[in-house]
Order: sequence, then C-alpha cells, then structure tokens
Amino acid sequence: MDIMLLLTSTVTLTGGIPLTLLLTFASLLAGFVLAVPLAFMRASPRKWLSLPVLAYTYVFRGTPLLVQLFIIYYGLGQVGAIRSSVLWVLLRDPFWCCLLAFSLNGAAYTTEIFRGGIQAVATGMIEAAQAVGMSPLQIKRRIIFPIAFRSVLPSYANEVISLVKATSLASTVTLLEITGLSRKLVSETFAPYEIFIAAGVLYLGLTFLLTGFFNVLEARLNAAPQARTHPRRVILRQVPHEQ
Amino acid sequence: MKRQLTCALAALLLAAGLAHGAERTAITIASEGASPPWDYIDENGALVGFDIDVGNELCTRMKLQCTFVAQDWDGIIPGLLVKKYDAIMAGMSITEKRKKSIAFSVPYAVAPNQIVMRRALGLPPGDSEAKLNLTDIDAAKKETIDKLRESLKGRTLGVLRSSNSEAVVQELFGDIAEVRSYDSQENLKLDLTSERIDGGLGDRLVWKQFLDTPEGKAVEFFGPELSGGTWGPGVGVGLRKEDADLAEAFDKAIEASTRDGTLGKISQKWFGVDIAPQLAN
Repeated sequence: MDIMLLLTSTVTLTGGIPLTLLLTFASLLAGFVLAVPLAFMRASPRKWLSLPVLAYTYVFRGTPLLVQLFIIYYGLGQVGAIRSSVLWVLLRDPFWCCLLAFSLNGAAYTTEIFRGGIQAVATGMIEAAQAVGMSPLQIKRRIIFPIAFRSVLPSYANEVISLVKATSLASTVTLLEITGLSRKLVSETFAPYEIFIAAGVLYLGLTFLLTGFFNVLEARLNAAPQARTHPRRVILRQVPHEQ
Repeated sequence: MKRQLTCALAALLLAAGLAHGAERTAITIASEGASPPWDYIDENGALVGFDIDVGNELCTRMKLQCTFVAQDWDGIIPGLLVKKYDAIMAGMSITEKRKKSIAFSVPYAVAPNQIVMRRALGLPPGDSEAKLNLTDIDAAKKETIDKLRESLKGRTLGVLRSSNSEAVVQELFGDIAEVRSYDSQENLKLDLTSERIDGGLGDRLVWKQFLDTPEGKAVEFFGPELSGGTWGPGVGVGLRKEDADLAEAFDKAIEASTRDGTLGKISQKWFGVDIAPQLAN
C-alpha cells in the first residue's frame, strides 16, 4: 500500500465534502419538513389520513434508493411531457434529481420513525393537556412532538448517518461528491485500494462528528428539566406527612 | 486450530504455486459489455460484439480456452491487476498512461473518435469527414481546434469516465465547457436524448450505430474525426506486465489474423468498415 498516495488522495477528496454535506443537509431538512406532518397523518386513527401515507412509506422503504434515483434521473428524462414542462428546469440538473430522491426516501423512513414516537406518548399526558384547555394543535406542538422527538432521537440519528452514506449514490449520476471524486481519481491512478480507503476515512470522520452532535443533543434533551426556582420570592418548605 | 490453519494455508500456497508453474490452458477475458458494436450484452444476456469475436478467433489460434466476463469500465484495469481475469478486450486504446500500469498486445483495431452534438442546437457541424490527428499540433490544427472551442463554449459535454475521450475533452475544452463523466456509454446516450447534455466525445463507430437508431436522429457528428495524441496507436489487448508469454502469444495471433484478412472480415461484420490495423510489409 502506498501511504503517500493515501494521504494525498485524502486531501484531494476533501474537495468533495461540501457537496456531500450540502446533499445530506438539504435532503435532511426537506425530509424533516415532509416527515413531521406525514407522521401525524400516519399515526391518525382515521384511515383516509393514514392509508395514503402508509402507501408512500411502503413504496419508498420497499424499493432500493438506487432504483428510485435512476427512475427519477434517467426515467423521468425519457418522458417528453416532463421535458417540456417547467419541472425540467430542476430535473435536468443531476443535483436536484439527487436531492428529490434522497428527500423522498429519507422522509419515508423519518415518517415511520416519528410515527412510532408519536404513538408511544402516554395518553395521560395528552389527557392532562386537554384538561388544561389546550387545542389539538397546541397539544401536538407542545406535548406530543417534543416527547416523541426526544424518545426517537437515537433512531433518527441512525437515519441521518445512513443518509450521509446514501449520498454516495449521487456519483452514479455524474455528481462529483466524495465517492464521485474517488472514482475519478481511481480512473486516473488505477489504484482503487488507497483511494477508496481515503474516501472511507472521510465518511468515517463525518459520521464521527454527527454521532458526537447527536450524543450531545440527546444528553441535553434528556437531562431533567431545571426547576426554575426563585428562592427570594418563594420559600419552599418540606412539609412532613404525619405518619 | 492454529496448526490446522497453517496446514490449510500451506496447501493453498502449494496449489497456487503449481497452477502458476503449469502451462496455460485457459484464460478469462474481461469486456465492458456496454459499447455496441464493440461489445454489449444481447437479449439473451450473452456478451457479443467485435471484441468477443476477435477474442474467440485469437484464442482458437493460441489454442486456449477463453471465457468472457463483463466488467464495468472504470474498474476494468484494477480488476486485471488483482487477477480477477487475465486480459482485457474492450475497445481499449493503447496509451502511455495505461502502459504505466499494464502491458498491451499490438493493436487489433484502429478506431477514430468524434464529437457529436444535438441537432436542435443548430451549430455549424463543419466537415465531419475531415480527419484531425492530435499528435504534433501545428498552426493549422490549432485553428481547427480554436474553431471547435468557439462553438462548444458554455456547452455541456458527456464522456465515458476514465476514457481517453475524457482526457481529450478536459485538455481541449475543459476550461470553456462543462464536462460530465458517465459510467457507461448507454447512460451517456440517455442523457443526450433527454437533452441534459449538449453533446459528447467518443468512439466514432459507437456513435455511428447510435446515430442510425430513431433516438439518434436528434444528434449529428460535429467537427473532424479525431485520432492520435492521447489515443495512441490503436486498440489492443490489455494484459498484466508479468504475463510476457501471454502478450507474445496474443501478438502472434493478432498478426496472423490481420495478415490472412480474418480481422478485416470480423470488422466488416460489426462495423461495416475495415478497421483492422494496417500491416507494414
């Protein structure tokens, strides 16, 4: 193994990190925005709300991401009606095709993750919120979603990490993110061993940072809420019960 | 347990050593399988094409049993180096850069390359029958290239990843046009027909076949036939450097089949023209 080549190609490949991160975070954001309302629909006891969402998550979780990307990129490009529509301005570009595929796929997984969290919120909490007169939307926003999000955070972190690695598929539609750049370098040096190891190291680094971020977030969200006490104004006294 | 492993390992090494020392009786040849009519997968899933016919002809002459396997283009040289197969026949040009990693037989075909552009762009195609050799670029050649550069400014060009066309496009037009690299010629064609890219550079004979299909009608040859320069002397069989015996056998078989016209006949069958190498008498 050529250590020098490994080091120099690691440096060259860092040029692909911005695109990898852009693809990851843009599809993460789009996926999150889609997944939150969809998860509430999916968790709804009304069939006409939950079944269409179930169909969507079933299709996108049941087919490989690469197939979805190829259908969006090569498949839609063959349809004349789409090529002559305004959609083509975006779909013409490999970046937007990737973003669409990754967002839709990520949103399907995230919807199911959040749905699990929503359904696990204890009924007592919801009843308590109703009892103090919160509206259904307020209950979702203040009670259900924060509790659900906190409980599904580890699975959501998993989904984010998978997404980082899934962006490597963008290299199949000519984008030069980390994997695309690696394939280009391999074609110049014929040394796949060193270069793909370098790519692996970069992905590992990104995952390491993300894992760290989610660990901190988890610790902060799960810490016991600090009681806001005002010792000068209120004197808290322990009143022993009579035995 | 450890001893058993050591024994197994020793046996394996011994077997490998024996196999290496023995006379060759069979080899595996890799082809890409996505560049008709050079090599492609037919409706039955079999590898067919010019490369495969030539390969079988050469193997008969070398008295070797040959098996063809399909391998994606961008991994085809690394695969040879790690001995997944013994030879490459995939319309691969003999170039200085590749010679640093692998050895080549003498050429078994000489194929020109050409740019194609979408007809709808309305670019002046120029003389597409003219020929331009990129070795030793003089003032006249430079003028032709500058004219091409002018028309291609701001266009998006597709090429096959890790092909010579990719290197040539980067060198000649990389600063004025957007270059996209594809993992197969098939995907490049799809993006050309869906108008994601404006044109591309590649093997003229591969384009020719595509231009004769209904989808290919939207595309036309643009500018002169290109050869020389990065493309080198022609298309050869790629081999590992240590397999000198195999290179010698291939050289002899290629020369013999060029001399008696067999290569020319196979070329006529697949390309409709004779692209067998010219023999010096």
